[in-house]
Amino acid sequence: MDHQLHPSSTDPLPETAEAEIRALPVAQEPLAAIVVRMDAQNKAASQLTDPDQKKVAQQTYQQAMNDLAHQAAARSLLRDLYSPDQLQEQLTWFWFNHFNVHQYKRDIRAMVGDYEDQAIRPHALGRFRDLLEATLRHPAMLRYLDNDQNAAGHINENYARELMELHTIGVGSGYSQKDVQELARILTGVGVNLSPNRPALKPAFQALYLREGLFEFNPNRHDFGEKTLLGHRIKGSGFAEVEQALDILAREPATGHHISLQLATYFMGDDPPAAVVDRMATAFRRSNGDIATTLRALFSSREFDASLGKTFKDPVHYVVSAVRTAYGDQVVLNTQPMQNWLNRLGEGLYNHETPDGYPMASAPWSGPGELAVRFEIARQIGSGPAGLFRPPGAASDQPAYPQAQNALYYGAIDATLSPATRTALGKAISPQEWNTLFFSSPEFMRR
Amino acid sequence: MSPLQRRDLLKLAAVAPMLLAGKAWAVPSASTRLLIVFLRGAYDAANVVIPTGSDFYYQARPTLHIARPDPADPHAALPLDSDWSLHPALKDSLYPLWARGQIAFVPFVGTDDLSRSHFETQDTIELGQPLQGSRNYGSGFMSRLYEQLAGAHPIAFTDQLPLIFRGGRAAPNIALNSVGKPGIDSREAGLIQAMYAGQPLAASVNEGFQVRDQVYRELATEMTAANRGATSPKGFELAARRIGRLMRSDYNLAFVDVGGWDTHVNQGGATGYLADRLGELGRGLAALSEELGPEAWNDTTIVVISEFGRTFRENGDRGTDHGHGSAYWVLGGQVRGGRVAGEQVRLAAETLNQNRDYPVLTDYRALIGGLTQRLYSFSPPQIARVFPSVQPKDLGLL
Repeated sequence: MDHQLHPSSTDPLPETAEAEIRALPVAQEPLAAIVVRMDAQNKAASQLTDPDQKKVAQQTYQQAMNDLAHQAAARSLLRDLYSPDQLQEQLTWFWFNHFNVHQYKRDIRAMVGDYEDQAIRPHALGRFRDLLEATLRHPAMLRYLDNDQNAAGHINENYARELMELHTIGVGSGYSQKDVQELARILTGVGVNLSPNRPALKPAFQALYLREGLFEFNPNRHDFGEKTLLGHRIKGSGFAEVEQALDILAREPATGHHISLQLATYFMGDDPPAAVVDRMATAFRRSNGDIATTLRALFSSREFDASLGKTFKDPVHYVVSAVRTAYGDQVVLNTQPMQNWLNRLGEGLYNHETPDGYPMASAPWSGPGELAVRFEIARQIGSGPAGLFRPPGAASDQPAYPQAQNALYYGAIDATLSPATRTALGKAISPQEWNTLFFSSPEFMRR
Repeated sequence: MSPLQRRDLLKLAAVAPMLLAGKAWAVPSASTRLLIVFLRGAYDAANVVIPTGSDFYYQARPTLHIARPDPADPHAALPLDSDWSLHPALKDSLYPLWARGQIAFVPFVGTDDLSRSHFETQDTIELGQPLQGSRNYGSGFMSRLYEQLAGAHPIAFTDQLPLIFRGGRAAPNIALNSVGKPGIDSREAGLIQAMYAGQPLAASVNEGFQVRDQVYRELATEMTAANRGATSPKGFELAARRIGRLMRSDYNLAFVDVGGWDTHVNQGGATGYLADRLGELGRGLAALSEELGPEAWNDTTIVVISEFGRTFRENGDRGTDHGHGSAYWVLGGQVRGGRVAGEQVRLAAETLNQNRDYPVLTDYRALIGGLTQRLYSFSPPQIARVFPSVQPKDLGLL
């Protein structure tokens, strides 16, 4: 557990998977270069005067944007499948979802890869306060919640509201509309700048200007008046106000409780016991928001042990675990089928439109329509390579055979199956059907 | 007896004790059907339900306007009343419904949401909650509608369960354009059901297979025909035919969405991009009505909605940008149509919202609240549970 809670940053994936990730353009080019390049391509397309040429150029741009998001998803899924640091990868998904952005808003498809890899993943088991600021400084978040359009005299409250309602203290924790407005004023001037130039600044503002990649704090757009947030007075001082506000929000007991409840629901399923959540919230507070410490309080609890094998898998857990079970260490060469399955199951990567992220509860994933699709996907995974072993550009799969009835099965899983599941598996008339039934079984739906 | 009616009888029997206990549950007639069609992307209402009586319209849209009604001109708008006309792309599909009095248009309808953001406003509409206060993303208005109804068989004809149907009583969803022969055969389905027998998910597993089989059974004939090389419709027209067939027999509270309406660039006029999209939509709705058949159509109401309208003036790209008020369509066998309903305003620069787009004179929640109140004979407390804090507006459309 210690290693899972504190992974070294260099734990490698199997070489095949590492090589696949290295080959992805999105893993080679820095964020700012990608975004600026795509922006130029978009502008060039929209400046064409011939309507047909314009249409073609715009379609080319859209395709390139889609590719960027698909590459990011490929890297993410390869890590989910093969990383020795499984906890870190699960939490990367969890925090992305907690600080959700949607790929199809503005140019966010060009940003999701970096957002996940640079803003979320390095902090997934670190300090919540650092994670919070990393998301705040990322252009994907500033675009998604419109803070790049939030300026003194032109207030946009979108990010301020979600920062309290979803990211930190939680809805119903006692903040008011006035707090939202005050936080929005604090956040004025925090935005995105694609140009290499800095704005013209008067001398007093020179030292207050901040720039890091595409992230910018522009004092010209900031409201320097005094603010009051959750009863704390904050003097106009520029980006230092934002730091102060994040300190206040991260330290609020409501934040520790909100985060603990979400983590406990993610790992234990619906309605986790209040005693566990309270212990986690205490650990969160005492450790100054250390995520690993908070999780230790969860994983060392008897209640967590008792929940194992009872939590309904959301589509991501389901698809990743089924592919891993079917092929073991044989590294898939193409994750696009997995991306498609996840979209079909309603939990596509980077694809939740609203800032609340995908639900933690099991009900949305276990309805009749969802289950029927899940069984179809069980069959696709169980019956053959399904495109998972078709290298990019190739016409067909390399030889690969799904086999769920493997050493792991006989060593650990077999004994845990119910008589009803065993009986059904015993009636399978082919290895493919056996896989299909196994991936459809109530036991495989749970983790 | 159709499966719909048979299941209703069973459900009504189950609900009877609650009726006796005085709990006011609306019990819609088993055949009452409601379909909401969401045009995602904000369709250009002003070029579909066209204010041809307004000179300002022609000034505001020098290249995009549709000509005033003229029987000799196939590209001219189709007259609705002295102020309004319909896009000519709907001539053979929906205009006949107008003549029969089975379609009405409600211009200047929408939300108070002025964000002009697609996502934000689509959410606003699907949630159907008051704008003030925090949003509950776990409670869409069709889900709340479903909660008020006994005998409803809901379904979303979408890839993913849409926000509008999320809630305590979840509806199934099915992607109609990708329906195919189920890979899991009936023997395998039986084996899977046996694994879940007696478990908490047993009912969901069984219903999942049932919905799948029902949909496939209804559509199998059409699919076989397509396989034999018959011309088969595509896109929305294909989905709409399937919806008609499924709503005739199995489902009576349904949702579908149609994308592709965000026409910032080169949207065209009487012909072109928007005309093509409209033509497909109109053919789809006509096909849906045809598949329902006269008897079922007589008990069907369709409401076509969109998140907002577009700028009244065309932009520099021969398109239109995000606006505010839209125009909703209400059609069906019982609709008292053949009229442009709801509060209206003479169009001029000073009557536009922010000198930019249609004002909202009819709140969409009040409109749909009024329609569903009539459709299901809801009591005021019931309709308030579907659309809290709004007075339903009865435009006499049903």
